[in-house]
Amino acid sequence: MTVIVDYGVGNLFSLCSSLKYIGAEATVSGEADIIRSADRIILPGVGAFGDARAKLSINALDKVVIEEAGRGKPLMGICLGMQMLFDRSYEFGVTDGLGLIEGEVKPIAPIIPKGYKVPHIGWNALDFTEEGQRSPVFKYISEGDYVYFVHSFSAMGCNSSIIASAEYGAGLTAAVQRDNVFGMQFHPEKSGEVGLKILKAFCEL
Amino acid sequence: MITKRIIPCLDVRNGRVVKGVNFEDINDVSSPVELGKYYSENGADELVFYDITASSEGRSLFSDILRQVAEQIFIPLTVGGAINTIEDFDRVLKCGADKVSVNSGAIRNPELIYEAAKKYGSQCVVLSADVKRVDGRFIVFAKGGRENTGLDAIEWIRRGAECGAGEIVLNSIDTDGVKGGFDIEMLDAVCSVVSVPVIASGGAGSINDFIRLFNVLPKVDAGLAASIFHFGEVKIPDLKAELRKNGIPVRL
Repeated sequence: MTVIVDYGVGNLFSLCSSLKYIGAEATVSGEADIIRSADRIILPGVGAFGDARAKLSINALDKVVIEEAGRGKPLMGICLGMQMLFDRSYEFGVTDGLGLIEGEVKPIAPIIPKGYKVPHIGWNALDFTEEGQRSPVFKYISEGDYVYFVHSFSAMGCNSSIIASAEYGAGLTAAVQRDNVFGMQFHPEKSGEVGLKILKAFCEL
Repeated sequence: MITKRIIPCLDVRNGRVVKGVNFEDINDVSSPVELGKYYSENGADELVFYDITASSEGRSLFSDILRQVAEQIFIPLTVGGAINTIEDFDRVLKCGADKVSVNSGAIRNPELIYEAAKKYGSQCVVLSADVKRVDGRFIVFAKGGRENTGLDAIEWIRRGAECGAGEIVLNSIDTDGVKGGFDIEMLDAVCSVVSVPVIASGGAGSINDFIRLFNVLPKVDAGLAASIFHFGEVKIPDLKAELRKNGIPVRL
């Protein structure tokens, strides 16, 4: 069973529907016991980093997620949920993340050329790294497949964990992996067939 | 590389798609659920649903339909029509919308843009403007293009983006329904004052209109249309293949 962590941030409707669609057994929960008993964890999130990070620490769900990931349970952070996997974020001040993957979350505006719009919204192609070619979450998709992005901040200083990037005047971190911990900056639940295949591969771990 | 988006727009009244549709491949041509699914499986990059229902009874029917659509399509979904309050945002987001489009509601209460962006994030707030030339100026019209608000469109849109609208849909009343191409002049004026994505609407009649739009105005991010897609005059996969042949990046 896959648990989608419900900590009062964002809309879990689409994520739930997409897991149902691919036939994965899934539940939405904010209870520690259920998260602990799940086979794998999805950490969603939209909105601002600081707010989401504070909400995740209510009822110590952050500790539960860190512990379960430490035990080797597959964990996937999506969008803001992915950004929270890192050491810290610079969105509206500095906020510590979960520290599961080395790196920091910073605004994309200073690293992209003038004329590129922020937020980075739309369908962009995935460029795999060597690790990405082998990543189990990409086993049903191909390099160059398109996924849907909506974000103004991006993970940086995490080169050793990047499994895919997206070209937007500069290479933006699109997906990361460290062992059993995965992060997707784009929205697999909004990326059509390609996104569903990524979720399917994750739910088979 | 980021791709140009192609967005079909569905007007829904009392649970059905208004404007007749003319597809051979799907059974119930006026069902928003069937049509939404068809588009999402056939190349659309995003869908827009407008609720043009008048009664509250119709509104709850629309919510049901929206939920059914959202359950089955896995591309971004924007919902507009009768969005006047934060509660309206809440209502459609809970049904699975990803973005909410405001128009007349924001003209009546411009704070709505700021409040919604603060609560849900800019990426969630789309400012849709119906604009027409009046005495050589671009003027915003409300109530589906029936009411002259006297507002200067360029200033209104610039302010909307400043208040937190994360995307602009510019619908030119002058070119809408004419099928003679998008309103390049009006789009150019808007693109030069905002740095958020701009979606062109009104005037698409052929594949060439889209090629011209993206070639002449590379700053435009997406093209939106309704009837030419519904009637099958332009099929989205054909459109995208032609765009790519012309060097315009699209998701195939």
